[in-house]
Amino acid sequence: MPLRAKVASSVSRTAAALSRAAGRGDGSVIGGWIGLKIDPDLLAHLAAGRAIALVSGTNGKTTTTRLAAAAVGVLGKVATNSFGANMPTGHTSALAKAGSTPYAVLEVDEHYLAQVLEATEPHVVALLNLSRDQLDRAKEVAMMAQLWRAALVRHQDIRVVANADDPMVVWAATPPPNHDHRINPPQVTWFSAGQRWHDDSWVCPECGSTIQRSGDQWWCTGCPLRRPQPQWTVEDDGVLDPTGAWHKVSLQLPGKVNVGNAATALAVAAEFGVRPVDAVSRLSSVTSIAGRYAQVERDGRHIRLLLAKNPASWLEAFDMADVAPTLLSINARDPDGLDTSWLFDVDFAPLRGRQVLITGDRAYDLAVRLDVNDVPFQHIRSFDEAVRAVPPGRLEVIANYTAFQDIRAELDRVN
Amino acid sequence: MSTESLRIVWVYPDLLSTYGDRGNALILARRARQRGLPIEVLEVRSDQRLPATADIYLVGGGEDGPQALGAQRLIADGSLHRAVAQGSVVFGVCAGYQLLGNSFFAKGTKCAGLELLDITSDRGETRAVGELTGDIDARLGIPPLSGFENHGGRTHLGPDVSPLARVTAGVGNDGASEGAWRGKLLGTYSHGPALARNPALADLLLRWATGIHQLPPLDDTWSDRLRSERRAAVAAARA
Repeated sequence: MPLRAKVASSVSRTAAALSRAAGRGDGSVIGGWIGLKIDPDLLAHLAAGRAIALVSGTNGKTTTTRLAAAAVGVLGKVATNSFGANMPTGHTSALAKAGSTPYAVLEVDEHYLAQVLEATEPHVVALLNLSRDQLDRAKEVAMMAQLWRAALVRHQDIRVVANADDPMVVWAATPPPNHDHRINPPQVTWFSAGQRWHDDSWVCPECGSTIQRSGDQWWCTGCPLRRPQPQWTVEDDGVLDPTGAWHKVSLQLPGKVNVGNAATALAVAAEFGVRPVDAVSRLSSVTSIAGRYAQVERDGRHIRLLLAKNPASWLEAFDMADVAPTLLSINARDPDGLDTSWLFDVDFAPLRGRQVLITGDRAYDLAVRLDVNDVPFQHIRSFDEAVRAVPPGRLEVIANYTAFQDIRAELDRVN
Repeated sequence: MSTESLRIVWVYPDLLSTYGDRGNALILARRARQRGLPIEVLEVRSDQRLPATADIYLVGGGEDGPQALGAQRLIADGSLHRAVAQGSVVFGVCAGYQLLGNSFFAKGTKCAGLELLDITSDRGETRAVGELTGDIDARLGIPPLSGFENHGGRTHLGPDVSPLARVTAGVGNDGASEGAWRGKLLGTYSHGPALARNPALADLLLRWATGIHQLPPLDDTWSDRLRSERRAAVAAARA
């Protein structure tokens, strides 16, 4: 590593430690920010010599990254940005903090995938899904798929692990028809992790025709784009690998969506030569991730925290939550996106029959939505009030990003 | 009403439903049902023929590609023009508002609109993102518009339409006026589920569609609280 990078890396670690000591944060961003100021190529220098996997998509990337890091851990030490700091500053901090490791698994914000591909030259990239998320500032779904596609064809040596169930992902992972055939396109391994949310992929990104669906299959009615045959699939509570062997997955994380994330993690690890039979037991070591799925006791209430940031992840959260009193909390601060319109893309009907409490900066937006949805609810002003309002036993908490962080802070920053 | 039940068509949800547009259909249906009006909501995808005899057509927001495609298919289909000629109500939101006009820009290209509203849209220098409020045309007799806008378009009104509102916060058509209406056609940049924050606008569409001038009032406690909370937020952002 060049001297400048060494200095930058060391300063970065110190800044992160100071930030943590000062109680200003977990240090996962500030260290990288300072390091990159000193050496703009610091991320590339820190990445050099490591075998790296990148994990990107709209939903599930933090959890899948954690699971993949556990699976790759079969081979040796793995650096990872496990606090969900998923932009280049976070990657820089994570790699600087980890010191020298043979492997790294990094979660990447979907907007930064091209830039991080360039800087880290990964061995494998996992593409999970693309759906509407914070449209007041995020790129439109089709535009994001286009950016991914353009970035991937520039990196012919990488391996891609991609979701066969999401037409936008399949299109992004497939080289364009005018692709220069002298350049090998990336090798793609397809997984099927299921997709509950279909409303961003009715129109073919290649030709604009309608996409038809039947069971697991989907196909474009106007061009050859269709669901590829996946090599990794979920079956019951386990994962079928490309050889046809089935591996039971025992997770401490709830929901079918996480069995899908486990399948993705095993597929990523397999690209490094990890056998699923060796990795699968390590997945059960993953409990909660930066508070997601964390369980906390308070006054006889067993509180579980579920993060849901966009329509697709709300559908998954309802699937994971027990039939029990449920607190919903919505904010619309900068990290959440300022627009609450998406609430009408979510069908809250699964909550009928449960005791529903609502809170957060934008509780009234949620109130109007639930009213239209015929879901009775009670508006409360604080987390303590919510705890008092429900009987002892399970309390499910589903919140979007900053609302989730607020509640986590109430619970002493539970991890 | 065309038949014994009020028929609402949600036009091309596969193309024109970027962010919560379903809300407008849900809200109209609920407010009709609460008044005991039988109602039917049809979701018509872009590969299907649009019925020409419904009472209310909802045309929602969309990304550039789907907006251009939606306009092409609506022009080729022709049913929306026939419905308008027969007095149906049309509510256009954002991209759906633009495509009701003479022309609009999508992906840098000028596209033909449906020419149902005398408006033309082009691109602004900056994207308009944020709260949008305005005083609605007094002839419509409803309280101020409250909404959220997220669009790169600027819309110019011809002599055959009236602005829906005079902008008090945000951009709308051009920073001064917002939306447009003529007869029973109405369009707005207040995007997504615009009717969630504007129950009086929902009732205006229902009155137009049914010809019932006095709809029984409903309990709008939560919408009212949301409207005042948003009004306070806009005022606080100014202060």
